[in-house]
Amino acid sequence: MKKNTIIMSIAFIGLVCELAFAQNAKPKQKLNETPTASIERGKAIYLKECLSCHQADGGGVPHINPPLAGNTVLLNDKTKIIWVVLKGMTDRIPIDDEYYSNNMASHAYLSNQEIADVLSYVRNSFGNKATVITAAEVKSVRGVKKK
Amino acid sequence: MKKIQSTIFVFLLIAISLNGYCANHIINNDNNPDSSNAGIKVPEGFTITKVADNVGRARHIVVSPQGTIYVKSMKKINGKGIFVLKDLKGSGQLNTVDTFCNYGGTGIAIKGNYLYASSDEEVFRYKLNAKGEVIDPKNPEKIITGLIEHHQHETKSIALDNVGNIYVNIGAYSNSCQEQDRTKGSPGRKPCPVLDSAGGIWMFKVDKLNQTYGDGIRYATGLRNVVGLDWNQQTNSLFVMQHGRDQLFQNWPQYFTEQESAELPAECMYELHNGSNCGWPYIYYNQHLNKKMLAPEYGGDGKIEGDASFQNPVIAFPGHLAPNGLLFYTGNQFPEKYKNGAFIAFHGSWNRAPLPQAGYFVVFVPFKDGKPTGKWEIFADGFSGKEVINSTRSADHRPCGLAQGPDGSLYISDDVKGTIYKVKYTEH
Repeated sequence: MKKNTIIMSIAFIGLVCELAFAQNAKPKQKLNETPTASIERGKAIYLKECLSCHQADGGGVPHINPPLAGNTVLLNDKTKIIWVVLKGMTDRIPIDDEYYSNNMASHAYLSNQEIADVLSYVRNSFGNKATVITAAEVKSVRGVKKK
Repeated sequence: MKKIQSTIFVFLLIAISLNGYCANHIINNDNNPDSSNAGIKVPEGFTITKVADNVGRARHIVVSPQGTIYVKSMKKINGKGIFVLKDLKGSGQLNTVDTFCNYGGTGIAIKGNYLYASSDEEVFRYKLNAKGEVIDPKNPEKIITGLIEHHQHETKSIALDNVGNIYVNIGAYSNSCQEQDRTKGSPGRKPCPVLDSAGGIWMFKVDKLNQTYGDGIRYATGLRNVVGLDWNQQTNSLFVMQHGRDQLFQNWPQYFTEQESAELPAECMYELHNGSNCGWPYIYYNQHLNKKMLAPEYGGDGKIEGDASFQNPVIAFPGHLAPNGLLFYTGNQFPEKYKNGAFIAFHGSWNRAPLPQAGYFVVFVPFKDGKPTGKWEIFADGFSGKEVINSTRSADHRPCGLAQGPDGSLYISDDVKGTIYKVKYTEH
């Protein structure tokens, strides 16, 4: 009987640990987490969702896909850049005095946290240095119905 | 222990960095004007030299019968979009003797007594004098206007036949005619409405002013985007190089691997006739199977074949290499093998990532009686200046335009640094 209790207890502790671990693996932003954690999660999202157009060095493709390295819109306009990831980009507007030909698809299927993470990553990679973006900031832009 | 590991790690990093630094410097020696062959590999018997630098963003290029070189810049430099180059000192190096034209663009050609040039919406022509010089650079005749420019595949390449027609590429403002362009899983529109005004080659008259869609004819359709094109004097027909569609893996990961998506679809050469339909966006060409495949936007899965009635390519190349220049060689300087064959300038890829990029070279395809007689071969390589290109912008140079000089030399333009190369055959 006592033996059973011990086994049960161990199993219970194991289950708790596993749950805690699973919780950790999910891209949920924890209170008081360091910006580094978000940036690190963002790297994996960049490799999967962004790299094929914006390239391994964040340099984009001349005249076709804009660079993220040194991109002043990315660095200075949080709302705009969250909007671009959510809605895509088909406007013919120059970025840092250059025109880029290709349309960008909407990435609204990413969660608020995933968008926050990947934007935090690109704002702090390829020589860029800027504040991180939070899931709450993405949520507030996503909630806006019209442009 | 941790400290030792860190130290080893730092040393490793330094070693890797140094390795990269040295490798780059050994290959990237083409800033030295004395370096042989400008850092570019060409076949034995040929030499290649840089004859000009900083010629705007040099796109297409043409040489007058008298040897004056005209270069179209994608972007205006100091308000001018065409550069005029001459070898003033007889040194082999070219000097910019003039610039004119108030628009950027890609297309430029000479036929008879006229120089033709395009912006991304219009085509102009300039009368030449007996010395091959533009008589009135400020007042060209506007022969074509109002062409679609929806900021994707917007360049308007041009070629001319021998009976007074000019052929203009109007690229599709879309990757694969999806409801949502370049969006994962978005289906294709059927029929594709882009094809009414783009995604093909239009034919106009050379000597009629202000022509637009209603004045020309849609000569060929189902071509996503053509940058390199040339009139083949032997077959008396138009040949074009299509830029194949992008993002098979990124938009259809359930059907394609990253490796397949890097290699597919083929970049195709087509011989066009009035009414040709090459099948974009409904099919793409698989160069491994030599088959037209149904595009995933229209129900394809990488295995289902597409409509057989679409035209077959003359020859197919690996995916995404971006053929920007096509020239049939008619000179007498190069060995017999090159006569009437095709040179193709591949601008180099971006859509092979995460695999390394490819292209950035000039290819030769031997032809006989208007048909390729063998496999394509790399003719000039090393423009990128790097062993491996992972990100497109790290290429030092990207071949774009091709032209033949009156002495049979081959000129190659680069739109990264505006470098002009000249290839000569010196071993007789």
